Amino acid sequence: MLTKLTSLIKSHLKEPGKRFFIIGAMLSFFVLSMVPQSVQAQDAAAEEVAYLPQEVADIIWLCLAAFLVFFMQAGFAMVESGLTRAKNSVNIMMKNLLDFSFGALLFWAIGYAIMYSSGDADIFGFDSTLAFLGAANSPTDNAGYGLSAAWIFQVVFAATAATIVSGAMAERTKLISYVVYSIILSGLVYPFTGHWIWGGGWLADMGMRDFAGSTVVHSVGGWAALAGAIMVGPRLGKYNKDGSVNAITPHNMPLAALGVFILWFGWYGFNPGSTLLAIGGVAHVAVTTTLAAAAGAVAAMTISWIQFKKPDLSMALNGALAGLVGITAPCASVSTGSAVIIGLVAGLLVFYSVLFIERKLKIDDPVGAISVHGICGAWGTLAIGLFGQRSIDVQYWSEDSTIQDGLFFGGGVGQLGIQAIGVLAIFVFVFVVMLIVFAAVKATVGLRVSDEEQLQGLDLGEHGNVAYGGFVMESTGPSAVITAESAKK
Amino acid sequence: MKKIEAIIRTAKFEEVLMELSKIGISFMTYSEVKGIGLEHAPPEQYRGTSFEKGFTPRTRLEIALPNDKVDAAIQCLLKVAYTGKVGDGKLFIYDILDAYRIRTKEQGEKAL
Repeated sequence: MLTKLTSLIKSHLKEPGKRFFIIGAMLSFFVLSMVPQSVQAQDAAAEEVAYLPQEVADIIWLCLAAFLVFFMQAGFAMVESGLTRAKNSVNIMMKNLLDFSFGALLFWAIGYAIMYSSGDADIFGFDSTLAFLGAANSPTDNAGYGLSAAWIFQVVFAATAATIVSGAMAERTKLISYVVYSIILSGLVYPFTGHWIWGGGWLADMGMRDFAGSTVVHSVGGWAALAGAIMVGPRLGKYNKDGSVNAITPHNMPLAALGVFILWFGWYGFNPGSTLLAIGGVAHVAVTTTLAAAAGAVAAMTISWIQFKKPDLSMALNGALAGLVGITAPCASVSTGSAVIIGLVAGLLVFYSVLFIERKLKIDDPVGAISVHGICGAWGTLAIGLFGQRSIDVQYWSEDSTIQDGLFFGGGVGQLGIQAIGVLAIFVFVFVVMLIVFAAVKATVGLRVSDEEQLQGLDLGEHGNVAYGGFVMESTGPSAVITAESAKK
Repeated sequence: MKKIEAIIRTAKFEEVLMELSKIGISFMTYSEVKGIGLEHAPPEQYRGTSFEKGFTPRTRLEIALPNDKVDAAIQCLLKVAYTGKVGDGKLFIYDILDAYRIRTKEQGEKAL
């Protein structure tokens, strides 16, 4: 089973780099030079230097990358609670904890078996040997642990997709309905569409490239967030009767900034880890990831400075995340220069789409999750069709599975068309399915807390707790407006 | 000159401000206060143990007005701060002996 999986991974990737042995040799030279001369001479004569086997190095790198991606959960929690009001912080922490926890159990039970079922299944498959990770319990050699490594790496991605929705629906959603949603997304929807692109489904067969998940992870989360935010409706007081917008101010900007730095840090597992193997190419992915994030932050800060007359921190933070989401798909297919352009465009996109969604569509997204993950995820996926270079892509994939050159590199619109089909297919599927899911939740357990509970805060209403006990809580703000009619209910 | 001291629901604060400004009253002092009265805040719980804070948060407005505006202000507050539930708050009306504006040394109603 395991060999099947490792061979699946490796068939897509080139022979693991020989550079690893050079690093190993350098390391052992360094270690040996620390040992007293006499002992060194004695040992060198006695035994040969032991190298770390490549398959173990691959597993260690995959696990380390997974641990970094796991830390992104903390980043999401801090961003979401920082950008919303203090009276809902306990609720947001609970949501971020439980979507990972429920998600991990569901991904263990069925999610992984759906996502990585046989590549022969174009739309949907289920590999019962992978359900409950049965096959991972009896590894026969080092390479046998590859399945465990692959699962731990994939489960943190599934949880990332699920947690995106939390921010968009913050401050007004019932906890129980969020539990139901996160079970459905992690166990069914995410693995379902993930199979299309990463599990050998129809989009993979078509030649779509999404290296680390701009579409598979971020757009899926973003479009689910769009469906959720529409179904749950805006927070009380967000919009006036004439349709004008009120600012509902964040309660802790340093916390939001810390969250973005944590997410950026975690992205070094997200993108470079998606090489799946310990190869030299990890470094190039880390570079493109860094440049796009920096460019996204610069672009969003600059445009907010021009438009608002003052540089806006929350927009610049969203810009960094937008750059990261944008480079997630193309990180191993584009040059450093292209990465900067992709990041700059993502930073501008997030700025304008946040305002468009808030002011024109009248959809209340407290943290900008739909723009950052949905819109910029789509942009990053399309960017492969524009900026993709076969000569870079081929370093990570076998000759017969590389992308075509992008539009700006003389390859025409072939790859762009494939990417666009993928983006569109995922949008339609996820948005429609999640609309139905949220409508069903609304009709059964209910989606939205009462107006009174919103005023008081979900911390008290849902959990009977406060986040900052002993501090004076201000509960005013435009959202605090309550009418005599709503109070009587 | 009279002073209106209004203890109102914190959630009503913005709406009251808006309605008062519509009748030309836009100078006042306000503070976040805690009150003890008929209404009880919902109990909190921590690790399953319930407890009550014993107070409810309220907002206190202090508005100094010339005599001809006092009635309109009172009617406005009675209407806008109302929900009909226990805990809507109270109004207290005081006479003001005198008033000064520190910057200009103006005295009496001119200072308001």
